[in-house]
Amino acid sequence: MLFSAGGVVSALLMPILLVLFGLAFPLGWLQPPSYEHLRAVLSHPLTRLVLFGLCMLSLFHWAHRFRHTLYDGLQIKHLNEVIAALCYGGAIVGSATAAYLLWQVP
Amino acid sequence: MGDRITLQIARYRPEQESEATFDEYEVPCPKEWVVLDGLNHIKDRIDGTLSYRWSCRMGICGSCGMTVNGEPKLTCATFLSDYGSGPVRVEPLRNFPVIRDLVVDIGDFMRKLVSVKPWIVRQTEKPLSEGEYLQTPEELDDYKQFSMCINCMLCYAACPIYGLDPKFIGPAAIALAQRYNLDNRDEGASERMDVLSQHEGIWGCTFVGECTKVCPKNVDPAGAIQRYKLSAALESMKTFFMPRGA
Amino acid sequence: MSETHAYTDYHPRWLRRPVSTYWWLHQRSYFVFILREASCIFVAWVVVYLLMLVRSVSESEVSYLQFLRWSASPLVLLLNLVSLFFIVFHTITFFQAAPQAMVVHVGGSRVPGRLVGIAHYAGLVAASGAVVWVLLGV
Repeated sequence: MLFSAGGVVSALLMPILLVLFGLAFPLGWLQPPSYEHLRAVLSHPLTRLVLFGLCMLSLFHWAHRFRHTLYDGLQIKHLNEVIAALCYGGAIVGSATAAYLLWQVP
Repeated sequence: MGDRITLQIARYRPEQESEATFDEYEVPCPKEWVVLDGLNHIKDRIDGTLSYRWSCRMGICGSCGMTVNGEPKLTCATFLSDYGSGPVRVEPLRNFPVIRDLVVDIGDFMRKLVSVKPWIVRQTEKPLSEGEYLQTPEELDDYKQFSMCINCMLCYAACPIYGLDPKFIGPAAIALAQRYNLDNRDEGASERMDVLSQHEGIWGCTFVGECTKVCPKNVDPAGAIQRYKLSAALESMKTFFMPRGA
Repeated sequence: MSETHAYTDYHPRWLRRPVSTYWWLHQRSYFVFILREASCIFVAWVVVYLLMLVRSVSESEVSYLQFLRWSASPLVLLLNLVSLFFIVFHTITFFQAAPQAMVVHVGGSRVPGRLVGIAHYAGLVAASGAVVWVLLGV
């Protein structure tokens, strides 16, 4: 269920975020938000919650999919426990990092 | 497109070789002929030693599944004229062990099918005097698509997961379990859940979707599996949060 | 049917054809499937990228501007372009799969798959619009 939730939120939010922060702003197609405005947006509890949800769910989506692709696709069966630990562990560490960083927004 | 076509047929004669070889035959190609007609022509007129399975020749028995030009197909439903001037490569169904020539062993599927209890399971049977179990057309529609399965196993040949891990229970078995789970006359969903919720059950599926693409009866096993994953996940959440109430 | 077979003339050896490690290259649909699964790597990258952005905003205005400058460097741009392709690919394949997995009943009848798919895209437009409005005040 985490997997499908992660798939849905990443499918809904990542395209626009990547278009804006990955292409439009760096290339100057659109004026990036002012520092003050962005800081205000990010410090809002709702934004922090949504972003945390996006990061955590997307990371677990990645963990589950990546682990299965290695297992089924590349047939790396003998390292199954190691890969599972690295993937889900990575997702947990990433989620904790996200929580910490989002908490730290002034 | 002429009136003859070349068929490259995989041969495996265990008593004389340990690998598969290919034999070529040229057969007539009238426009209404299917691959099965070509195979029958070879067996009747050219090489009687060719071994293969077929029965109804009209797409309902599920016996004649083979790999035609790399794709799992029912040979009784695949027209030779679709392949232009050929050659047409006919091999045994993938992901199954080959007994001889184009004949594969389907025992694995048969055992898995039985394990999902593909019959109406009831806690208590209604006595005959109370009449039949009633079902509305809407209730029939809930599961009708999954009842169309002819056990041809093209989906197993197409499924890369089954090819990589033969313990995977497979598309048709899950679709048939769903056919009974969604039948309003059936009360066996929890019994089937034990088998299906294992690692090699529904959770082995990564929704490649090839099974649905090759199914000759539009059963959509991939859809059945994903729907079952959702209901299984909800079931396990219910038992987690309400162990006695569930 | 017995499971153990004595390999005599009357119990010939079955041919077992192993699946190659490169099975996913043998058929176009298998390759597209692996690409779809690989898109999850870029999902993880976007998470990292967004968190870098958040951290830069937390630090200072200078840091934020530095991040914007860095995001305009050719390698990062290329990475994000490739990521965008995979993210969009992920979105399209996910929305394609959703109607097969979700059977929605409204009233007594079943909502057709196409509508479920369209609802997902509507959600995408709505979510994107909301993000643009929040960020750019448009």
